[in-house]
Amino acid sequence: MSKHKIFYNARLIDPVEMTDSIGGIYIGDGKVLDIGGHIDRNYDAKIAVEYVDVKRQILAPGLVDMRVFMNGVGNQTLKNTGESAAAGGVTSLLSMPNSTPIVEDIALVEYINGRSKKVSGVNLYTSAALTQGLAGEQMAEIGLLKKAGAIAFTDGRKSVQNALLFKRLLEYANSHQALIIHDVEDEDLAGDGVMNEGLYASRLGLPSKPKIAETIMLERDLALASLLKAKYHVSQISCVESLNAVKRAKHENTPITAGVSINNLTLNEFDIGEYRSFLRLEPPLRSDDDRMAMVEGIKNGDIDVIVSSHDPQDPDGKRHPFADAAVGAVGLETLLAAALRLYHSDGVDLPTLWRALSYNPAQILELDAGRLKAGSPADFIIVDPEHSWKVERTELKSQSSNTPFENRILQGKVLATYIDGRKIFELGN
Amino acid sequence: MKNFENMMKPHFTNKHLLGIEGLKEANITALLNLADEKVEQSRRDIKKTNELEGRTQINLFFEASTRTQASFEIAGKRLGADVMNMAVAHSSIKKGETLIDTAATLNAMQPDLLVIRHHSAGAVELLSQKVNCAVINAGDGRHEHPTQALLDALTIRRNKGKLARLTIAICGDVLHSRVARSNIILLNIMGARVRLIAPPTLLPADAEKMGCEVFHNMEDGLKGVDIVMMLRLQTERMQGAFIPSAREYHQFYGLTEKKLSYANEDALVMHPGPMNRGVEIDSVVADSAKSLIREQVEMGVAVRMAVLESLSNNWLSKNNGGV
Repeated sequence: MSKHKIFYNARLIDPVEMTDSIGGIYIGDGKVLDIGGHIDRNYDAKIAVEYVDVKRQILAPGLVDMRVFMNGVGNQTLKNTGESAAAGGVTSLLSMPNSTPIVEDIALVEYINGRSKKVSGVNLYTSAALTQGLAGEQMAEIGLLKKAGAIAFTDGRKSVQNALLFKRLLEYANSHQALIIHDVEDEDLAGDGVMNEGLYASRLGLPSKPKIAETIMLERDLALASLLKAKYHVSQISCVESLNAVKRAKHENTPITAGVSINNLTLNEFDIGEYRSFLRLEPPLRSDDDRMAMVEGIKNGDIDVIVSSHDPQDPDGKRHPFADAAVGAVGLETLLAAALRLYHSDGVDLPTLWRALSYNPAQILELDAGRLKAGSPADFIIVDPEHSWKVERTELKSQSSNTPFENRILQGKVLATYIDGRKIFELGN
Repeated sequence: MKNFENMMKPHFTNKHLLGIEGLKEANITALLNLADEKVEQSRRDIKKTNELEGRTQINLFFEASTRTQASFEIAGKRLGADVMNMAVAHSSIKKGETLIDTAATLNAMQPDLLVIRHHSAGAVELLSQKVNCAVINAGDGRHEHPTQALLDALTIRRNKGKLARLTIAICGDVLHSRVARSNIILLNIMGARVRLIAPPTLLPADAEKMGCEVFHNMEDGLKGVDIVMMLRLQTERMQGAFIPSAREYHQFYGLTEKKLSYANEDALVMHPGPMNRGVEIDSVVADSAKSLIREQVEMGVAVRMAVLESLSNNWLSKNNGGV
């Protein structure tokens, strides 16, 4: 049993009370015992405790990342994912089913859940396939997989094109109180596009995807979710039109939630520059107007969640001409630092940021996480928001290092990550 | 005096039996009472009587059926009718003849009783308008299967002594089931409480407005239930379009001893057959003392005898200027 500890002189971020204030936290037996402005160097814990001066750095709930891809489910992958997460301040994450093998089997879900925390060191939860083989043709065994421990259902990168099937999936999942997370893209409209449709794509001569490919599928989903009063989370939106659709659905009290990738919050299509394949992403990077709309969506709460969309790709898969390169980028380690750009440059305050990075995703996934209060697990991070660092591929923990922020300067760094009150990462170690 | 008693007895006076919808409690009670007599008749050594002697009964099945067709055939023969089976699936319809032409052809053969099964809802009613004899619906699409509902009612009444105020759960693929539809209507007419237990993908739209309480899990749905009616799940519907798999269906909606234990202690189990053992129902339950499944088959013959005889009498009295 770890010793009881008091972290004092900390900048506490509470994404529920929406406060950013100085105080401390008292932890023991893996739990938060007390937290607040009253905890300082003189706090009387009545038993022997260790005091830690946080030196006015941020102390906040560990991040909850709802969209993390893993290539496999073996120990090495789990371990590596956990290390990247810990270094990035992510204490709970949801893995996508698009691994080899596909997570659509009861035994596999039990196998992952049985050792995920032990091997990865973080709270690694698994989602399971929404349709058999992620093929979008037949329902997966949602009831049995949920019983086995899958906490959400999604086809990951793929959208279910068949509206009738998707309607039945929403109905069926709802009767099992199962959450559906959906990527939205109409395959016909998207065609073989590899970047955002517009002048820049025309200039680069790359096949492109119109925003309507995303919005039309989203509108379909929202109409069905509204009809069926079904729980639904749109995995990633990326443009103004989609944001408007989400706003409208929420205004009509449809029980839906929405996410956005950190990439679409911090980068735009011009960052592709001259065919930089690490920026071949899904959804594609859009215009800066779209990016600013996404930031606005975070600021006023219309977008609930920020995800890393961590998606390790073999570097060989990225060493291709842009249109032939593998899609996706790693993101766990840069998630927070990139998100702090919104704090430094776009006027988003820290509690709002943490609401989207920890509290909301935990609520949506029904996890006891994302907020520090007496009784909750002591999953927290200590962050220096001003610490500047250059993103070097070789410095990243991820085995794959396809980061879109390569060689950029980011401001903000996780100094330490604690899970169940135990330090699992410290900067410099 | 005998005549007066007869007049006071509830009668079934319709020309056809196209569905349960539109029937009154008295019509149904009359058919069930007569069917009770037919059960006794069928249990005698010498089963055949002559109520339908000289009548021609044609079983016109546009959809393959073994059990229902055999049941109607035995019922007709037991009452002395001349019964002929026509499996239309293999005959003129394949040659492009329209349904109405088929009806006209058959009508020219002067049948007295026409038992029809068709894969399209409403087809039996359409045919009934084109022929000059009694028509019995032996199942039309997803619409109705009235003799199944009557035989289920007879089975319940003989075991529970009544229908009114019983709580009856119909479980499974209600969406595609004409049996469920006829049963819902009949049980509501007779004052029973009807529950539907199914995944939402296997329920018709607005099911709760059909006079039923709707449940999506067996544990809640079976609490306090007197009769558990299981429905057949077609094999082609088990593979991902409506439900994920037969395995998952069995886990959540298959009737096991454990799930049956949520119902009343004296609850009884029914199934219209043919069963998928291990999918919608476990063998232990299907073969247990609580199962009425075999009795339902026996009641089927009796109910069909009652229907054939009643309709035949109704036409006779109409043709003679009566009723």
